[in-house]
Amino acid sequence: MKAHLTRRYRFSASHRLHSPEMSADENRATYGKCNNPHGHGHNYALEVTISGPVDPATGMVCNLVDLDGFVENEVLSRYHLANLNMLQEFAQHVPTTENLSVEIFEILQRGFAHAHLERVRLEETMMNSFEYAGGNEPQH
Amino acid sequence: MVYLTRKAEFSASHYYHNPDFSPEENRRIFGKCNNPNGHGHNYTLEVTVKGEVDPRSGFVVDLKQLKEVMHHEVLDAMDHRFLNKEVPEFFTRIPTTENLAIAVWQRLETKLQKARLHRVRVYETPDLFVDFYGEA
Repeated sequence: MKAHLTRRYRFSASHRLHSPEMSADENRATYGKCNNPHGHGHNYALEVTISGPVDPATGMVCNLVDLDGFVENEVLSRYHLANLNMLQEFAQHVPTTENLSVEIFEILQRGFAHAHLERVRLEETMMNSFEYAGGNEPQH
Repeated sequence: MVYLTRKAEFSASHYYHNPDFSPEENRRIFGKCNNPNGHGHNYTLEVTVKGEVDPRSGFVVDLKQLKEVMHHEVLDAMDHRFLNKEVPEFFTRIPTTENLAIAVWQRLETKLQKARLHRVRVYETPDLFVDFYGEA
């Protein structure tokens, strides 16, 4: 039987929203306070949802040790206490939480083979969150 | 179609062990969860039902009936219990959060009157939950 498992993680990072394609005025108008040249930070909460048949021998969709290990090594160690603007993936892209959600989904999609990746959901603050399911509409 | 979710909480203990595995395999696969003396969680259950709104009552479902079924079928059986030893489903199945969500679905499915079950969500901790939609 197919089940969906969601695991929640936390990391903190700083960023500045600024597009080199816009003028200084346009950047300020678009990004407001987030355009502050010194940057600012958030405590992000990340939810990763995977799915698959429940293995009758283990009762699991996938072993949490594998999921936690992958997320720790490939996502949290990269983004926790980092300045997102300094990272290669944001050299050309503005480190909005939309773009960060897509990045994290793609890291998992490329490297995590133990279960099917359904979606990632990223909370930038308690007031806003972003979901990405690889361009697919979430099934449920 | 309107979806309605009812929440409940229960506390239970469990451990993970497959008698077909060797003791070493059990320890390797299940880690600390293999401790035969068990350990516990405060579970949160969310049951979502769906249906059209009844024009007379304005309800999708009688919430009282849903609450009673959840209490009778799930909480009475699982709250403050050792799942492996006291809940029949887990005499043979490992009481993971996945299997718990499936067991709750199977207990509720036939007992609900008007409501159609949409989703059972079981939180083992605030950082881990499983959704089951009745999919084969």
